[in-house]
Amino acid sequence: MRFFKRRLNELKQYPSAIVGIILISIFILTSIITVINIPYDEAIRLWRGGRVWEKTPANARPVWVDWFTSDDKSRTLNIDSTEKEGMQIVEDLNGLQRFEIELPFDYQFDGFPKEINIFMESEFVNNSPSASITWITPDGREFQSREFSVGQSRNFRFERDDNVRRAFPDQIVRQGLFGIPDQEQQVNKGEYKILISGYTFNEEDIVEAEAVLYGEVHGIAGTDHRRRELIVSLLWGIPIALMFGVLAAIGATVSTFIVAAIGVWYGGKVDSLVQRLTEINLVIPLLPILVMVGMFFSRSLWVILVVVILKGVFSSAVKTYRAMFLQARNADFIEAAEAYGASNIRVIFFYLIPKIIPTLVPTFITAIPVYVFLEASLAMLGLGDPVLPTWGKMMNDALNQGALYMGHFYWVLQPAVLLMLTGLSFAMTGYALDRIFNPRLRRL
Amino acid sequence: MKEEETLEETEKYAVDSLEDESSSGDAARIAKYILFRTLLLMMSVVIGVYLVILVANMGGQVDDIRRAEISYNVSMQLMAMQDQLGDMPAEERREFERQLREREERRLGLDQPFILRSFVYLRDALTLDLGRAEQLTSDTGSRRVRRIILERLPPTLLLMITSFFILFFIALFVALFLSRRYGSKLDRAIVTLAPTSAAPSWFYGVFLILIFSTVAGILPRGGMVGAPPPEGTLPYALSVLRHAILPVTALVIAGVFIQIYNWRTFFLIYSQEDYVEMAKAKGLSRRNIELKYILRPTLPPIITSFAMALIFRWMGSIVLERVFNWPGLGRMLFEAIGLYDVPVIVGAQVIFAYLLAFTVFFLDIIYAILDPRVKVGQGSEGGKA
Repeated sequence: MRFFKRRLNELKQYPSAIVGIILISIFILTSIITVINIPYDEAIRLWRGGRVWEKTPANARPVWVDWFTSDDKSRTLNIDSTEKEGMQIVEDLNGLQRFEIELPFDYQFDGFPKEINIFMESEFVNNSPSASITWITPDGREFQSREFSVGQSRNFRFERDDNVRRAFPDQIVRQGLFGIPDQEQQVNKGEYKILISGYTFNEEDIVEAEAVLYGEVHGIAGTDHRRRELIVSLLWGIPIALMFGVLAAIGATVSTFIVAAIGVWYGGKVDSLVQRLTEINLVIPLLPILVMVGMFFSRSLWVILVVVILKGVFSSAVKTYRAMFLQARNADFIEAAEAYGASNIRVIFFYLIPKIIPTLVPTFITAIPVYVFLEASLAMLGLGDPVLPTWGKMMNDALNQGALYMGHFYWVLQPAVLLMLTGLSFAMTGYALDRIFNPRLRRL
Repeated sequence: MKEEETLEETEKYAVDSLEDESSSGDAARIAKYILFRTLLLMMSVVIGVYLVILVANMGGQVDDIRRAEISYNVSMQLMAMQDQLGDMPAEERREFERQLREREERRLGLDQPFILRSFVYLRDALTLDLGRAEQLTSDTGSRRVRRIILERLPPTLLLMITSFFILFFIALFVALFLSRRYGSKLDRAIVTLAPTSAAPSWFYGVFLILIFSTVAGILPRGGMVGAPPPEGTLPYALSVLRHAILPVTALVIAGVFIQIYNWRTFFLIYSQEDYVEMAKAKGLSRRNIELKYILRPTLPPIITSFAMALIFRWMGSIVLERVFNWPGLGRMLFEAIGLYDVPVIVGAQVIFAYLLAFTVFFLDIIYAILDPRVKVGQGSEGGKA
């Protein structure tokens, strides 16, 4: 224990190690918070996508982009009738009620919204209520949609309505609705009102509406082509990357270490068997093997993890460890252990391996980023875990959707920066530890 | 090419210094070692490929896909024979179809037990005779897996060999330079940058595309030649060169810092040996000391560490080609995944196993030439300090 304490003190002399350890701690803390706040099942449900994300814009930039641009980008506005006055009956015509829902909002952004949707729900006894929507601009112009039946739930795309489109024959409807007339690209800032009016056929009937103006920027991390908020996968990517990297590194380094120790201790045929297996393993390409497993058996991260560890047992590090064990094998205390009759297993696990363990620590930490990036590499080939949100899958999606050429840089850069930071934090710590545990390097 | 002279020079020195070994004995030693290593590597490849086939056909995936392919072909055949078979009764027709299918399965050896079949597959795989791809075609339109692979091999080799050479020489010279200026600002900078090599080449490729292609717009963002390919050899070569700049840079960036760091450390360790001090005391020139007393004994471990790095880089190149749309083996594998093209995927395993074996073999030869201690049976850890 004192040995490790002293080493820990030495660590303070390496600024890169301190930065690395701080970063690792932040990552660990964030992953704990993430896993508590967004449980595993919830994360998978969110990442599967679909209707969960119908009220977020597609391909919206993150909110922080707005801080660096001179104009004020539009954000997502949700105007919900249940939070406003709600449905008002304005006229009763013998079992036929005329109702109105007012959805006022103040629009002060420089940018136009990406889309306009009005989600409507109604509860009715016999016949579905009917409604039409009127758009009232701050300067009092009015645009009315056709009349439609609400049904139990309806997603009304206001800009796609024939009546509204006819009002703006040679203009993008959104720009027509929000723009100053004759001044394209200029937003008419002020109080807008969406007026939904229609008829219900029973006094009990209720109509609710929510207008969503999809923003150009949305959320801390933006959204992807399937409207998913990227923050979910950015956050959940941390525990997944850490877990995969650490487990794979532990599995691979420890098993290699044990195999090398056994080979050196028994020597002769066992040793040459270990060496031959290492050489065979060397020419079996790892990534194609994983591709094959992913294609034919399972893309689950757990299966991939097992294969990575199995492939890592006879890794090329066997040679390095062998050289160390060969030196340690002749130490006096091992001879002493043999003399008092310790079993082979006992000598290997209680005498031989502990002697070399300090060298294992840096190797193990430096190996972690390799596996973190391996997961990302697999995802880049389209073989990411089918359900889990990971950074690699995010980058793969982004590249498939042409994010680099369409200007959606945030989509690629955010996971890339996180990958880089994870890799760097472990690598920096590992290199510093390597110098501390290998005195020969310390002076260099 | 200056480097080759250096190697020759140091080689001469090594032979001179070992007076008890004549140069013909040296050649015999190297030949014997290389023969031994070749046999060992060939065995490794055979066993490795066999394991790949076992995994690939675990649960009979390969067989199933072959069978599905056969019945598809048979039904296509029947459709083509519609005219002749028009008046054949349904019963007879089904029987005919079954016969065709069985004949085809027998032809492909699907009726034999798996152990026998696996060796048939092994032989086919080793000779890259993997039949026809299910979806992919070569540029000449062939469906033969071997043709597709051989067609995609040169672009990959071009990319990798270029970057390996650039990587080796940059790393060697910078490492030597830094070992002289140990502790300088540049030295510290490189040591700080060493951890960046944890990221694979494709990762840097993404950034390079973003900077030099999307934002600056000065280099093409992918592909190997411009579209349409320029006429004439020289313009064609220049176009390839232009397209290769970014992927090669990505490969070099991903590997160079860790390589410099490792080798610089080797040089520093070796430059503290007593015999180097002795040489300095004798007043030998610094160039002489560096070449004969530092570079010479460090070359074997350097070669070993480079071999390991290269094997790691090969894997990164698969995704790199997908990112840069480089028409090599990596993109072939990526396309095969998208199309679920099993023969091509198995073929990719085999060709990469061969490539890794050749990399090891090539560096083994250099190792044997460089390290006079290497003998058969001693393995290749003779140079480890």
